[in-house]
Amino acid sequence: MKRKALWLMLAGMMLGLGLSQAPAWAQEKVFPSKQVTYLVCFDPGGQSDRGARVYQAPLSAALGQKVIIDYKVGGGGALGWRELTRTKPDGYTFAGFNIPHIILQPMQQDVGYRTEQIVPIMVFQRTPLALAVLGTSPIKTLPEFIEHAKKNPGTVTIGGSGAYSGYHMAVLRFEKLTGTKITYVPFTGSAPQMTAFLGGHVNAVFGASDDLTRFRDQVRVLGFAMEERFPGFPDAPTLKEQGLDMMEAVDRGVAVPPNTPLPIIKKLEEALIKVANLPEVREEMIRQGFIPMAMGHEETKAHIVKMTAIYKELTANLAK
Amino acid sequence: MLFSWEYLFAGFAASVSPENLLWALVGCFIGTLVGVLPGIGPSSGIAILLPLTTMLPPTPAIIMLAAIYYGAMYGGSTTAIVVNIPGEASSVPTAIDGYEMAKQGRAGAALAISAISSFVAGTLGLVGLTLFAPALAGFALAFGPPEYFALMFMGLSLVVSLSGRALLKGLIGACLGLLVSLVGQNPLTGASRLTFGSLELMSGINFISLIIGLFALGEVFLNLEQQVQLLVDKKKIQWMPTWADLRQCWGAILRSTGVGFFMGLLPGCAPAVTTFVAYDLERRISKTPERFGKGAIEGVAAPEGANNATSSAGFVPLFAFGLPTGPALAVLLGGLMMYGLQPGPLLFKTNPDLVWAVIASMYVGNVICLVLNLPLVGMWARIAVIPFYILGPLIIIFSVVGAYSIRFLMFDVWMALVFGVVGYLMRKLKWPMAPMVLASVLAQMLETSLQQSLLISQGSLAIFFTRPIAAAFVVLALASIVRGFWVQIKERRGEALADGDD
Repeated sequence: MKRKALWLMLAGMMLGLGLSQAPAWAQEKVFPSKQVTYLVCFDPGGQSDRGARVYQAPLSAALGQKVIIDYKVGGGGALGWRELTRTKPDGYTFAGFNIPHIILQPMQQDVGYRTEQIVPIMVFQRTPLALAVLGTSPIKTLPEFIEHAKKNPGTVTIGGSGAYSGYHMAVLRFEKLTGTKITYVPFTGSAPQMTAFLGGHVNAVFGASDDLTRFRDQVRVLGFAMEERFPGFPDAPTLKEQGLDMMEAVDRGVAVPPNTPLPIIKKLEEALIKVANLPEVREEMIRQGFIPMAMGHEETKAHIVKMTAIYKELTANLAK
Repeated sequence: MLFSWEYLFAGFAASVSPENLLWALVGCFIGTLVGVLPGIGPSSGIAILLPLTTMLPPTPAIIMLAAIYYGAMYGGSTTAIVVNIPGEASSVPTAIDGYEMAKQGRAGAALAISAISSFVAGTLGLVGLTLFAPALAGFALAFGPPEYFALMFMGLSLVVSLSGRALLKGLIGACLGLLVSLVGQNPLTGASRLTFGSLELMSGINFISLIIGLFALGEVFLNLEQQVQLLVDKKKIQWMPTWADLRQCWGAILRSTGVGFFMGLLPGCAPAVTTFVAYDLERRISKTPERFGKGAIEGVAAPEGANNATSSAGFVPLFAFGLPTGPALAVLLGGLMMYGLQPGPLLFKTNPDLVWAVIASMYVGNVICLVLNLPLVGMWARIAVIPFYILGPLIIIFSVVGAYSIRFLMFDVWMALVFGVVGYLMRKLKWPMAPMVLASVLAQMLETSLQQSLLISQGSLAIFFTRPIAAAFVVLALASIVRGFWVQIKERRGEALADGDD
C-alpha cells in the first residue's frame, strides 16, 4: 500500500504541474508581482503552443516574473476563450488567441464568449493561407485552376481545416471573386487536411504557410492570399498580383479578459512587443514558416473590427 | 528514407550512451506511470514533459518523449486488468477478459502475458519500422475519406460479434454509444447538437469519462450492492502465466502484431480501434469463442500486442512525412519542431543520427519496459486481494481523479458518475458493454469521413464501391454482418430451449 500511496502522490504532483495557478491575494502596486499564466487553447505541440513556447522565456525576462503555460483545449479554442472571459481581469492570466477564430465562432452560434470580450494585447505572428495543388498536378497556374473550376462546377474540391474557419472563408471569397462553384471539404485539423491533400483525395487546398513550408517539395503554390509575396516562397505570386483581391491568414496573439485595467494592458503590451522585436524570436517564427508580427493593442482592435465586417458579409449567404 | 545497417548500428551505439539510456529509462518509467494512471494518457504525459525540450539536446529528448508513448502502452493494461479501470480507450478490450481473469485469481498471469505480448509486438513492429518504412509510408496516403469511412464501418460491424448472443441489446448499446458521441459540436462544422443549450455539453462527452464510468464505477456500484468482500472469487491464486498459457497466446500475439502494425500506419486509427479489431479477430478464429468474455488469456494478449504494434507503426508516417497518427504523436511532432527538425524524407538526410538513434532506442526501450513491468506484476496482482471495503473507495478515488485529469473539468467527473449508473444498470440487465464503447470510439471518424466522402462525391454513395480499398472494407463489413446474423439465427434455432439468459 505504501507504494500505491507513492504512485498517487506522483499523480498528484503531475496534476499540480498542469494546474499551477497561484491565487491572487492582495492588490499590488507593481504589475506583475507574481507569476503569470499563459493559457494555450489548443493541443500541446500545435502552432499556438509552439508560439507560446518561443515567447515563454523572453517574456518571463521582460516581465521579470515566471511565465507558466497552461492548457484549456476544446471546441476549436472556444473552451479556453470562454474560460478567459470568466477569469479575473487582473492581467495574471492571459490567453493565446486566433483571428479569425474569435470572430467567426461567436458569429456562427453561442459559444459562451463574444468577440469583443476577447481583449487583444497584441498579435505576434501571421500564418497566411495559400491556394496550392500537388506538384504532380497538371494544373500549373492560377488561371488554369480557375478555368478548370469553371468547366467542372461543384466537382472541384478544396480542402481546409474546419467549417466557419479562415480556410472556409478563403474558399467563399475565392468563389465570389472568380465566379466559380467549388466544393469545400473541411477536415478536423491541418494535419488530416494535409494528409488527404498529399494523398490526392482533394484537388487543392487553402493551406497554412507553415504546413506548405513543411511539404514544400510536394506542393505547387498557385497564389498566396497576402498583400505581398511570402518570404519563404519568393517565387510564388500573390493572389492579388493575379487580380484576386483577397487576404486570408490566421493571426495569433495574446489577449486578456474584458475589463482589464488599461495600465495592465499597456504593461503587457510593452513586454510582448519587446519580445516580438527580438531578432532570435523573429528568426524562430520565420524558420517555422510564419510571419513575425508586432501589432499592438489599438491596431489589433481595429483589425478585428475590420475583419468582422468582411466576414459578416461573406457569411451572410451561408446557411447556419 | 533508406535503411542501412551502418546507420542502424550507429543508432544502437548512440542509444546506449549513458545519457540517452538514462532518458530512455526515464521515458519508459513515466510512460508506464501515465499508462497506469487513468485519465492521463500518453499525450498528456508527453505534453507535461515537453518543456524539458528547452533543457535537453534533441536526441535524448526525443528518445524520452517516444519512450513515454510506447511505455504508456505497457502500463495501460494494469488498471484495466486489476480493477477494471481502462485508463485509455485502447485498454477497453483488455479489461473484458483481463478483469475476468483477475477475479479468477489469475491477475498475475494476465499482467505478465500483457507485458510479454506488448514486448513481442512492440519489437516486431519496430522491425517493420526499421526495414520497411519507405515501402509502407505510402500506405497512409492511400487512405482518403471514403477509405476511412469504409474502415470505420467495418469496425462498427464488429458490434455484431462483440454482442455475443445478446444481439439486440448490443445493437441498442451501439446506438447509444453513437448517440453519446454526437453530443457537442460537429467536429467539422462546429455546429452544436444535443447540447440543450448547455455550454458544458458543447465540448462533448469525453470518451475517458464514459469508459471510467461504465467499467470501473459501474462495477463498484454492483459490488457494493452484492456486498462483495473480495474481488477474487477463488482461493487459488496464480501469480505467473504457465507455459501452456504462453503457448496458447503465441498465435494471438503474432496476429495482433500484424493487425496493429498495418492499422497503425493510418492516421486516425489510434490504438483504440486496432485493439478492438485484434480482440475480435482472436475471438472469431478461436476454436472456443465462448471462453471470450469469461477470462480467455488470448483476449488479453491480442489487444495488448495490437496497441504496441500500433505505437511502433505510428512512427512510420511520422518520420517519413511528418504526419502524426494520433494526439500523442502530434505532441511528439511538436517536440521535434521545437528543435527546428522537420520530419519528412529530408529528416533522414539531414539528421540521420537522430532518427536512427531514436529508432534504435525504441528496441532498447522495449526491453527496459519489459524488465520494468514484469517484476511489478506481483505487486499489481496483489491489489486484487485487498478487501473490497478498502479497494472499492480507492477505485472510486482513482476514477474521479482520472476523469478530472482529462481536461481539468468537474463536468467530466459528473459524466463519469452518470455513466457509472448506466454501467451498473447494464450489468444488472446483462447488457454487453463492448458494443457501446466500440461505437463511441468509432463515432467521430465515422461521421467526419462520411461527411467528407459525400462532399467529395456530391452525395453519391457509389464512392464507397468504386474505390478498391473502400469497396474491399465495405464488402468485408457486410459479410461480417450477414455472418453474425446467420450464426445468431442458427444458434437460436438449435438451442431454442436452452438458457436464454444473455
